[in-house]
Amino acid sequence: MIKHRKIFYMISGLLVAMSLGVFIVWGLNPAIDFTGGSLLEVEYSQVRPPMNIIKEKVDAQNLGNVLIQPIGEKGFLFRFRDITENEHQALIQTLGEVTQKRFDSIGPIIGKELTRKAWTSIVLVVAMIILFIAYAFRKVSKPVSSWKYGSVAIVALIHDVAIPVGVFCVLGYFYHIEVDILFVTALLTILGFSVHDTIVVFDRVRENLKKGTGKDFEDTVSQSVRQVRGRSIKTSLAILLVLVSLLVFGGETTKYFALTLMLGIVLGTYSSLFLASPLLVTWQKWQERK
Amino acid sequence: MPESMKGLSPEVPFHLGLDLQGGIHLIYRADVSGIQENEISEAMSGLRDVIERRVNFFGVGEPSIQVEKSGNENRLIVELPGIKDIGQAVALIGETPYLEFKTQRPQEETDEILKAQENNERLNEDPYFISTALTGRYLKRANLDFDQTTYQPQISIEFTKEGSDIFAKITKDNIDKPLAIYLDGAPISAPNVREEITGGRAQITGQFTAQEAKELVRNLNSGALPIPIELISQQSVGASLGEEVLRKSIFAGIVGVLAVAVFLLLWYRLVGIVAIFALAIYSSVVLMLFKMIPVTITAAGIAGFILSIGVAVDANILIFERIKEELRNGKNFKSAIPEGFVRAWTSIRDSNISTLITATILYWFGTSIVKGFALTLGVGILVSLFTSFTATRTFLIVADIKGESKIMKFLLGMPKTL
Repeated sequence: MIKHRKIFYMISGLLVAMSLGVFIVWGLNPAIDFTGGSLLEVEYSQVRPPMNIIKEKVDAQNLGNVLIQPIGEKGFLFRFRDITENEHQALIQTLGEVTQKRFDSIGPIIGKELTRKAWTSIVLVVAMIILFIAYAFRKVSKPVSSWKYGSVAIVALIHDVAIPVGVFCVLGYFYHIEVDILFVTALLTILGFSVHDTIVVFDRVRENLKKGTGKDFEDTVSQSVRQVRGRSIKTSLAILLVLVSLLVFGGETTKYFALTLMLGIVLGTYSSLFLASPLLVTWQKWQERK
Repeated sequence: MPESMKGLSPEVPFHLGLDLQGGIHLIYRADVSGIQENEISEAMSGLRDVIERRVNFFGVGEPSIQVEKSGNENRLIVELPGIKDIGQAVALIGETPYLEFKTQRPQEETDEILKAQENNERLNEDPYFISTALTGRYLKRANLDFDQTTYQPQISIEFTKEGSDIFAKITKDNIDKPLAIYLDGAPISAPNVREEITGGRAQITGQFTAQEAKELVRNLNSGALPIPIELISQQSVGASLGEEVLRKSIFAGIVGVLAVAVFLLLWYRLVGIVAIFALAIYSSVVLMLFKMIPVTITAAGIAGFILSIGVAVDANILIFERIKEELRNGKNFKSAIPEGFVRAWTSIRDSNISTLITATILYWFGTSIVKGFALTLGVGILVSLFTSFTATRTFLIVADIKGESKIMKFLLGMPKTL
């Protein structure tokens, strides 16, 4: 696979570029966690009234722009601005005989605060992981110095996070799927796992270099990749199995969380084998040529 | 059973989060503008006590009321798990009256504000009255009685020692002027002060029915709020939805674990069984820790646990692949096992540290949902580091009692030619 590295570079480069493109053009669709606003899910005991009647009733409540979506067999999901408790009670009254299954109303201050917290954790996680990579590879120096391992691991990391973000930009644009705090959590978890896979490969390279396996650096890396690829793929399969079951059978709240993680796991394994390792070789060759 | 072992008992339930057992999470902002800087924390704990008393009316299992400072905002976070009538609870907490006594504003200020309000300015100022230091904070008790002559219901209130002094001062300074009584920001009566009142007692008369007066007295006694509060965020999950999410999450977990077990069995045969045993031990240790710590289980928390099973499998896979390699290199099973463990260790350790870093930071900065995930994932990884090196090793050694490497090779799923 090291031989065909250019193809993988192209695929990955294209995907990341596309993700960046949709992120700039469409952006993510932030949930009320970040923007503030309300979400109400109700269920009718018998048959739910037709949508247009509900829409009329809700519009009379002056809640601004209300998004109404049928959910399940007897329910509706409403999204609108954040409201006071009185407005909430009035809305429930007007809907008739319903059970309230879920109601979130988040003030804009709380939303802003969560956004700030999310960014703080993202910056912290990235910083700590970079420090850790630098530490983990401090002893490897020949023929590629340790900071290069670190840089390559970071490239892989950006790749693994950028593509899920791109996917959710597309999902948000076409299917109105929102990203909430769990999405950010999933991304940060992907960061952890991405480095995890890359380290397993690099650890093998480190070991093989010490043992003097392979006729040159490229050969050492391809042998290392061959040695760990079974493990990497099997592990990812095991994790994917649990995540698929969470996606298919799990609760509504963790569905897209599971999907994000799945994307990250697949990408993390792919990038450790087909992107990070070949990049090491490319870098070393480029260095030699100089 | 000793106290520390209580968590092991099956009777001890898991601690379920609001999203799984249903309930509400409310964030209130306290308006501390009328309070001295150094008295804020005391006032906030007073507020917490009052809300706690009110909340206890609902008889909810384990209510949690916390004071939180975020930036310059003082907040009160109320969590009511397992509550049935969410709307009523929110309404009842919100209805808690905020009692205030106000004195008349000088005429020129009144004119000024009224004029400004005509131009849509200073709209949230009261043109007629000025707030005083006397609020529900100094209320000792309230009683319902009836006016001797009109038989109208009225509420007599008694102030604390401190409140009595303030009340005496206010009445002394405002003789022959009205003193307005405000409840939740609305004036209910504005009697004229005839003389200084020193006993710390006062009557509130207004146009209320006996029923309204009775409710008011109950609310005042259970706690007139010392500081006005405003609901800025609420999240509520109906008990039925919580149950559904819990059922689905558990089901997903079971299916996931079974799928992993089948996968391990197909790929590693006998050793797969070893891994399954190791996983079973891993899961029991983690679940026990969840009870003992105790970890509040949320849907995201279950996801974290399920994910950690994948990580635990990963450690086992790394070890097995290493052992296989050692066998391929011609080592016998007895020396291949310890060798495989030693070689796998650095990878397992280094690769898990990054996830542990993430889990720690998420725990530090996260909201309760994220915390649940971070904690279960973190605990899961730590335990997996431990069990993969104790349980798996023990089981592998036990499985190879006879030391038949050839059979072991087959059972490991290795081709004979190697």
